[in-house]
Amino acid sequence: MGLNRRDFLKIAGVSSLFGLGGKLAWEVLGPGALEASTKPAPLTAAKHWAMVIDTRKFKSEADMQKCIDACNKAHNVPQIPGAKEEIKWIWLEKYGHVFPDDEHQYVSEAVEHKRFLTFCNHCTNPPCVRVCPTQATFKRADGIVMMDMHRCIGCRFCMAGCPYGSRSFNWGDPRRYLKEPTNPEYPTRSKGVVEKCTFCEERLAKGLHPACVEASNGALIFGDLANPNSEVRKLLKENYSIRRKPGLGTAPNLFYLV
Amino acid sequence: MYDSGKIITGIVIFVVLVTFPIWYNLGRATPPPDPKIDTPVIQEMKVKQCIEPKQAMKGNHMKILDEWRHTVVRNGERIYTAPDGKQYDMSLQNTCMKCHSNKTQFCDQCHNYLKVNPYCWDCHIVPKEKK
Repeated sequence: MGLNRRDFLKIAGVSSLFGLGGKLAWEVLGPGALEASTKPAPLTAAKHWAMVIDTRKFKSEADMQKCIDACNKAHNVPQIPGAKEEIKWIWLEKYGHVFPDDEHQYVSEAVEHKRFLTFCNHCTNPPCVRVCPTQATFKRADGIVMMDMHRCIGCRFCMAGCPYGSRSFNWGDPRRYLKEPTNPEYPTRSKGVVEKCTFCEERLAKGLHPACVEASNGALIFGDLANPNSEVRKLLKENYSIRRKPGLGTAPNLFYLV
Repeated sequence: MYDSGKIITGIVIFVVLVTFPIWYNLGRATPPPDPKIDTPVIQEMKVKQCIEPKQAMKGNHMKILDEWRHTVVRNGERIYTAPDGKQYDMSLQNTCMKCHSNKTQFCDQCHNYLKVNPYCWDCHIVPKEKK
């Protein structure tokens, strides 16, 4: 007995109806499975965190030191003497080291001898993330280049990858240099992990600005680059800004107004 | 039997060495763990209830903590909704240890007994205890 086209289409139609109404379809299309997560995630409230550093507003190095101290205090960063073992989240660096591409023989003296605040650029194309073998450092959806200390194996590939020297390695237990934790709410690090600035993600989660921004008296401005009405976007629109080593293609998210 | 003296001495030495842990520990009973929950914060609680029932915490706290550290650090989600609907900040240092502020009398009791050595405390700060 042959099946004519008309019968075949009928059977196909009825069986696909059954298919749609079947158990699987009910489970997949029913409420729950395909709904977007309704969990609050205040951290990803912004799409692209960035910072503007208005170097004109820092009157002296003491002003910048306040930002550094606030960061060190908030994150239990130890003060270890010596360039090899020191831990830096945010620090001061001379012009030629911060902007080596822009340095030349005739640069104005005021700039030449000035030191600039610098820290992790939270690059849009972070080389540290690419080289990390355990994904201990990773790029979050909101742009923060984050460290997962639970996963870090201390291989230091990320330190080799970072063109800004923003990462520090714990050669020993950092608690040797921390008599008392300066912030009992925040952990320290352990021997053998790499650490760096995290844009204060633990503070952002509480709706607070980063510690350095709070201590900067308006010279550091933090905000969402994806939002055209944010203060950072406004400042970048109205002022000439430079970034560190833009030729490397890392697309840093720290913008300097000079 | 050739060299019976050497062989028997060897066997005796071997047996003594292999059974060393058994007779070395003979007669010294390790006291069973006795985790205490008599911290000031817990004593003030009307209903002494952790985020989940005691039995679940006993068996699964390490899994919960492992999940927490993953969701907080990697997914940026910090709120835990307990089975009873209460919400908690997922933080060992700032949630667990606020109640269980007696690490030596609580955590260490079982961990030492079972000879497990979690490295939480290499980074996370232990609350100060009164001696």
